[in-house]
Amino acid sequence: MPDTPPGNTPYAVRAYRPEALREALRKMLLIRKFEEGAEECYMRGLIHGTMHLSIGQEASAVGACMSLGDDDKITSTHRGHGHCLAKGAGVDKMFAEFFGKETGYCRGRGGSMHIADVAKGNLGANGIVGGGLPIAVGSALSAKRLGTGAVTVCFFGDGANNEGAFHEALNMASIWKLPVIFVCENNRYGMSVPTERSTAVKNIADRAIAYAMPGVTLDGNDFSAVAEAVDGAVARARAGDGPSLIENVTYRTRGHSRSDRNRYRSRQEIALWTERDPIPRMAKMLVSHGVMTEDDVEKMEAAAADEIASGIEAARSAPEPGVEDATRDVYTVHSEAME
Amino acid sequence: MNAESSVRGEVHELSYAESIRDAMDIALGSDERVVLMGEDIGVYGGAFQVTGSLVHKYGEDRVMDTPISELGGAGVAVGAALTGLRPIFEFQFSDFSTLAMEQIVNQAAKLRYMLGGAVSVPLVMRLPSGSGTGAAAQHSQSLEAWYGHVPGLKVAQPSTPRDAKGLLLAALEDPDPVLIFEHKLLYKMKGPVPSGYYTTPIGKAAVRREGTDLTIAANSIMALKAEEAAKTLADEGIDAEVIDLRTVRPIDRETVLASVRKTGRLLCVYEGVKTLGVGAEVSAMVAESDAFDFLDGPIVRLGGAECPIPYNPKLEEAVVPQVPAIIRAARDLANGAI
Repeated sequence: MPDTPPGNTPYAVRAYRPEALREALRKMLLIRKFEEGAEECYMRGLIHGTMHLSIGQEASAVGACMSLGDDDKITSTHRGHGHCLAKGAGVDKMFAEFFGKETGYCRGRGGSMHIADVAKGNLGANGIVGGGLPIAVGSALSAKRLGTGAVTVCFFGDGANNEGAFHEALNMASIWKLPVIFVCENNRYGMSVPTERSTAVKNIADRAIAYAMPGVTLDGNDFSAVAEAVDGAVARARAGDGPSLIENVTYRTRGHSRSDRNRYRSRQEIALWTERDPIPRMAKMLVSHGVMTEDDVEKMEAAAADEIASGIEAARSAPEPGVEDATRDVYTVHSEAME
Repeated sequence: MNAESSVRGEVHELSYAESIRDAMDIALGSDERVVLMGEDIGVYGGAFQVTGSLVHKYGEDRVMDTPISELGGAGVAVGAALTGLRPIFEFQFSDFSTLAMEQIVNQAAKLRYMLGGAVSVPLVMRLPSGSGTGAAAQHSQSLEAWYGHVPGLKVAQPSTPRDAKGLLLAALEDPDPVLIFEHKLLYKMKGPVPSGYYTTPIGKAAVRREGTDLTIAANSIMALKAEEAAKTLADEGIDAEVIDLRTVRPIDRETVLASVRKTGRLLCVYEGVKTLGVGAEVSAMVAESDAFDFLDGPIVRLGGAECPIPYNPKLEEAVVPQVPAIIRAARDLANGAI
């Protein structure tokens, strides 16, 4: 991507106060450090199971949440750590969840793939591709019926766009004019299959036409472009004009999950996208527009790393759930008849 | 809570469909969060005329026709329940819920648990179920055991108009997802129904007929068939106790076990496919308990045949338990012929 032409101030710099921009970069750095920390814990055998890293996709998660408040909702995906942190989750409770601890967001019952922070409006990551799409529409239906004024941002990946749930959800959101923003994070692969081989349309946002809503494809590694598109869609939703589909073209530089051997893509391709890393781009934008200095960025990065390290340490020593509680929370009112 | 909540209203004769509509009318009228969702439930009144004219009273925003999108529609209901509404979602036929298994089984049933108790999903689903209408294999199934196998769900099966209303209102009070399987052959059946608000407890069976010679544990329409069989058996001097399970998850273990301790014989009757069905669970409950020591004969199951529901009316009748078969099985069991 070319540098911003002189005199052409990016949307983000025009739209947000410097504190908000610095906070956005801080969150992007925190997401990156969080996932690198989680990955390292996994490699060291401290965390079991699997995880899906979004390294390289941070601009999409943070940019899409810029104009959301705690009352606004998001639904997230199996690659949802970034969404969770972008919506305001704390590192300590997230790591506690990754370590399966009672102090985690899901009391150790959900792990990476079901991370949620309902108090901050994150209705949860989802282990089923496309699972969150109809749920997001339901959340938007609640907001409309109850008159809360809240919007719902529905994150999903390119893989989900070929699920029936995607089409059913977009159609219903449109016929009922619901305040939901569908944010597709097109990282170009559904596990191993590239979108060119899985998806009949060139751009996933082209599918918006079929559901009579605005659709736009943009550089998902450009924080400002993401924020601009989503802010516009949020305003449209709040005004009662219905849903939008935004496609953030991005890339995960890590594999699909821990079992991925990267047989379906080349080192050159990964290197190319690594150069398009959204975090240095965001930092450069903020430095070049005087929002912060390079020294500030370095300090911010170091602080994020410290926060991650202490989060991991706290999680390691946090209490495990009791085995006797394995069947707790299946139902709201626990009864022996249900065991 | 073992009995219905206090009933103050007068008792009227209503059909099963009318009693369900009455429950939804009460819910819509008293709680703004309640919405009905489903295919053709608006001006059409529902495929079985259960919602009837409710759309004219409450409007299209609260009696919502959905597109023919079972997966998406069910998911919208899940998301709405998660965020403050109290949806009642109607599947046109219970068979169509198979299109929505993802949202029911992976999402509605598990969200509370996966999120460590941070949320609940107060969702009610209504599923017209069962055979006997000539609608063949894809519109006649009894799938309650499928959903009964999923922790996080509750599964009810009213067999009377009175319970149809009470269980639906109880389901709406419940903070967790409740699936109500309504037998299609019962929609026009009339029975006494109290007016006004009352609930029938989820997880409590009803003893429809007390007896001493054997226990017949049955669900849905089979409880009515068992009652009919019990009348003939009584003429022969066989005193059958008939238990209507009413809910299969949670299943009322105590009522069944107490009955078997008294009668010493157990016949399970259910329309769903026999293998791995509701009767298997009831049988195992007894076999694993002290009630086993009271048995004077083997446990007998009458269930659906191991085939899809056929179209031909004679075949259709033959593949699910009917009254004569229940009488024969009960007689043989009571007389020690099995």
